Amino acid sequence: MRVIIVGAGDVGRSIAENLETAHDVVVIDRDDTIVEDLTYSLDVLAIHGDGTELETLRAAGIDQAGLVIACTDSDETNVVVCGAAKTVSDTFTIARVRRRTLLETWNDSDDAFGVDFMVCTDLLVAQTIFRICGLPAAQDVDLFASGLVRMAEFDIDEHSPVANEPVHEADRYDSLTFAAVFRDGEMIVPSGDTVLRPTDRVVVIGSHESVADFGTDIAVAGGDRADEIVIVGASEIGYQTAREFESHGYRPRLIEQDPVRARDVAETLTDTLVLESDATDIEFLDREHIDEADIVISALDGDEKNLLASLLARRLGVDRTVAVIENLEYADLFETVGIDVAVNPREETAEEIVRFTRADHTEKLAMLEHDRAEVIEFEVSEDSELLAGPIQDVTDELPDGVVIGALCRDGEHITPRGTTVIQPGDHVVVFVDAAVLDEILEAI
Amino acid sequence: MRWTLHVDWRAGLSLVGTILAFVSLAFTVPIVVALLYGGDDLWVFVVSMLLTAGFGLGLRQLDPDPDPGAREAFFIVAMAWLLVAVFGAVPYVLAGNGTVSQPVNALFESMSGFTTTGATVMGDISFDTHSRAMLMWRQLTQWIGGMGIIVLAVAILSQLAVGGAQLMEAETPGPGVSKLTPHIAETARVLWIAYVGLTALFIALLYALHLLGYAPNMDLYNAFAHGFTTLPTGGFSPEARSIEAFSPAVQWLVVPFMFVAGVNFVLWWHVISGDPWRLVRDNEFRLYLGAVSGLTIVGTAMLFLSALETPATGQIGGNLERSARYAAFQIASLTNSTGYANMDFDAWSGPAKGLLLFAMFIGGSTGSTGGGIKVLRWLVILKTLRRELFTSVHPEAVRPVRMNGRALDEEAIRGIYAFTLLYIVIFFVGVGLFAADAARVGFEVELLDVISASIATLGNIGPGLGTVTGPMGGYLEFPTSSKLLMILYMWIGRLEIFPVLVLLTKAYWQS
Repeated sequence: MRVIIVGAGDVGRSIAENLETAHDVVVIDRDDTIVEDLTYSLDVLAIHGDGTELETLRAAGIDQAGLVIACTDSDETNVVVCGAAKTVSDTFTIARVRRRTLLETWNDSDDAFGVDFMVCTDLLVAQTIFRICGLPAAQDVDLFASGLVRMAEFDIDEHSPVANEPVHEADRYDSLTFAAVFRDGEMIVPSGDTVLRPTDRVVVIGSHESVADFGTDIAVAGGDRADEIVIVGASEIGYQTAREFESHGYRPRLIEQDPVRARDVAETLTDTLVLESDATDIEFLDREHIDEADIVISALDGDEKNLLASLLARRLGVDRTVAVIENLEYADLFETVGIDVAVNPREETAEEIVRFTRADHTEKLAMLEHDRAEVIEFEVSEDSELLAGPIQDVTDELPDGVVIGALCRDGEHITPRGTTVIQPGDHVVVFVDAAVLDEILEAI
Repeated sequence: MRWTLHVDWRAGLSLVGTILAFVSLAFTVPIVVALLYGGDDLWVFVVSMLLTAGFGLGLRQLDPDPDPGAREAFFIVAMAWLLVAVFGAVPYVLAGNGTVSQPVNALFESMSGFTTTGATVMGDISFDTHSRAMLMWRQLTQWIGGMGIIVLAVAILSQLAVGGAQLMEAETPGPGVSKLTPHIAETARVLWIAYVGLTALFIALLYALHLLGYAPNMDLYNAFAHGFTTLPTGGFSPEARSIEAFSPAVQWLVVPFMFVAGVNFVLWWHVISGDPWRLVRDNEFRLYLGAVSGLTIVGTAMLFLSALETPATGQIGGNLERSARYAAFQIASLTNSTGYANMDFDAWSGPAKGLLLFAMFIGGSTGSTGGGIKVLRWLVILKTLRRELFTSVHPEAVRPVRMNGRALDEEAIRGIYAFTLLYIVIFFVGVGLFAADAARVGFEVELLDVISASIATLGNIGPGLGTVTGPMGGYLEFPTSSKLLMILYMWIGRLEIFPVLVLLTKAYWQS
């Protein structure tokens, strides 16, 4: 499929990287040097020009394109790109926006602005942060099959009850599948004998409750529902996160240094206590008892500031720190230094967009560990290779690096065991190593 | 030293003239009444009409093509109200009947009418002394003043279309005129339609009660007369005993309409156009409803437990219907500044009168016809006080004050505090001045009378709580100097102080 990506910023670039092998990717950008750089660094066609102009779109081959992704930094430009593309073809269009209001307008009418799918970056990040905060100790959380199935990543701590246990012993949770273990940068698909070591990061897939139970057991500092939420920085992400918590009945606190911005967000956030202060002012943090918070989320502009704010919160004795990290290369480093969870906006957006480049039946997708592996949900079609027999036989046929994590039939969650037989129409959630991804996508 | 005025007073006066000429049309109502009831004072109203129209048209000659700016708005509004009151007093003087034939008394009665105060200096309110046309004119002044002379003028005179918003805002400053429609004239018309509609409904219901036999003396004349003074929260009545003269059924009917008159008419417009939830959800309406119901319950309990009994009302203590009726009526009447009475509440106990005095300080809602400090201001003050308590514990907290979910501008809040403080200061100054003036001429008056004289004129309420100023009394016995001061108080009270006070500053006229 020909995919046209307009705007080669962080997001556009990482989408292009993800798609370069499987698709014919054309990238349009207004910056000469970026275009030149892309031509040599990725296996894509890079065109210099303005994506809102038909001439440029035609040069990129809009007639044969199956997908147009508009992900420049400007919301308006992205919307106009989609509208322009729609005037000459009926290719599927995706627009990335930052403003939530645009998304709300689009939601009200399906084909507003000629956009077929709209991704609101800041909202996505906010939702991810909320999901992660809802599950104690989790590093990443994603929902599948309309929320019936949950996928989560956890770090195994030396005090954790499952530490140093083989998987067949640790698997005492109903309907929970251990999909993968990341150890020292290596990915292992666990068998029953694989021993879970401290510092391992495990990926589990299962029902809502089982994942929650597992998380609660793993969490060293007790698994009560986190009530005291503190968000540092009223950036757009910080603001959206506060809204997300509000809409689920929480009353978060939001610290913002700039008086004008603080007043601005305080006007729209009715259930959030907005505090106007420097988040590194120890006296202030002490007076407001920030140390008693269950979770501190740093959403300041700038990765370094977020690191500082998180470390400070850590030092005060906050249980969990979550930070928004723009630069992917920092994420690992920051997690080693002491941030519990680093959330990357770029990755969240790419996840959402890449899903549309897959065959029609991929319903949902999550990337793990910087796209080393993916968890995908799809509806099983009549001619799928998964229908060949019980799961045990099917997985033997498939290449290594595939784990069937969960199964949903008629809105019910079914724990996949070796003897389970998959039926057409089932929703399957699979964990797939990125190395064998294309092969698997073919098979299913 | 050269004095240059930076106010285009010619253009301002020219517009005032237009408004005055327009208001002169109102004299047609007493003319019709005089024709219907055969009074011999037809000439009084014809002459008044000609005088008013002539003077108005004369003022227009000052500037044939006026183009007033934002600054002239205060001048126009203040002058329009003053001159309308002056010319509204002309018939009283011309007719020469009773105490109001004396010019200061006439001006008092007229200002009290247009500002919907309802304080009276008529010695004898009856058809023996005054004609039916004259007493109807007195009622009509309140109806015209209720929704506002300027609002009416903006609704009808196309000349005011552009600067209309500023004029309307100067007439009812509050926290801003809400434009319901793109054209300000349309907004003004909408308000007047709601006003006229509710008045017509009330008159129809009153007359229906009469036709059904529940209100023998509520004839067509009285139905119109009381329709003209209920919706504008006026309080005048052609009956000396106010609403006490009518049956309990009428008294019960008046209560909800007095309440309605104290609600923002913008909300009534929404109700009429099929969106009653706007009313139910409105913060100010809820507080107003809560305050009136709460005070009514307390008042009912006070009367029920008392041993109150007067010749006119019979036994009130121990009688639930009477206690509720008299309490609900007086609370509804005094909270939003109507000033009707269905009994002489001077007979109430001290604590019960204290309750009424408290009610007088509440006022109606913004955008209603009621006067006073207004519910919205109290609501904002309560909310900011709560915020102060909160921020004394959390000094860094940013907490906007919300009204109907929308955050209020801090500057608007400051304005509300300034107004309320100024209002209370002017009230106390009034108490001092009225007391001193009474002492100067040796007029024996209680403290309660002086207090009520100040709040009842400034708040456009009308009757006070003392023996002199009480609902069955009047302001006739006050010295002339006090009456002039009261006229000023009613005037600034109706325009919410600032538009008049600003005219007294040097900055307004010069730089």
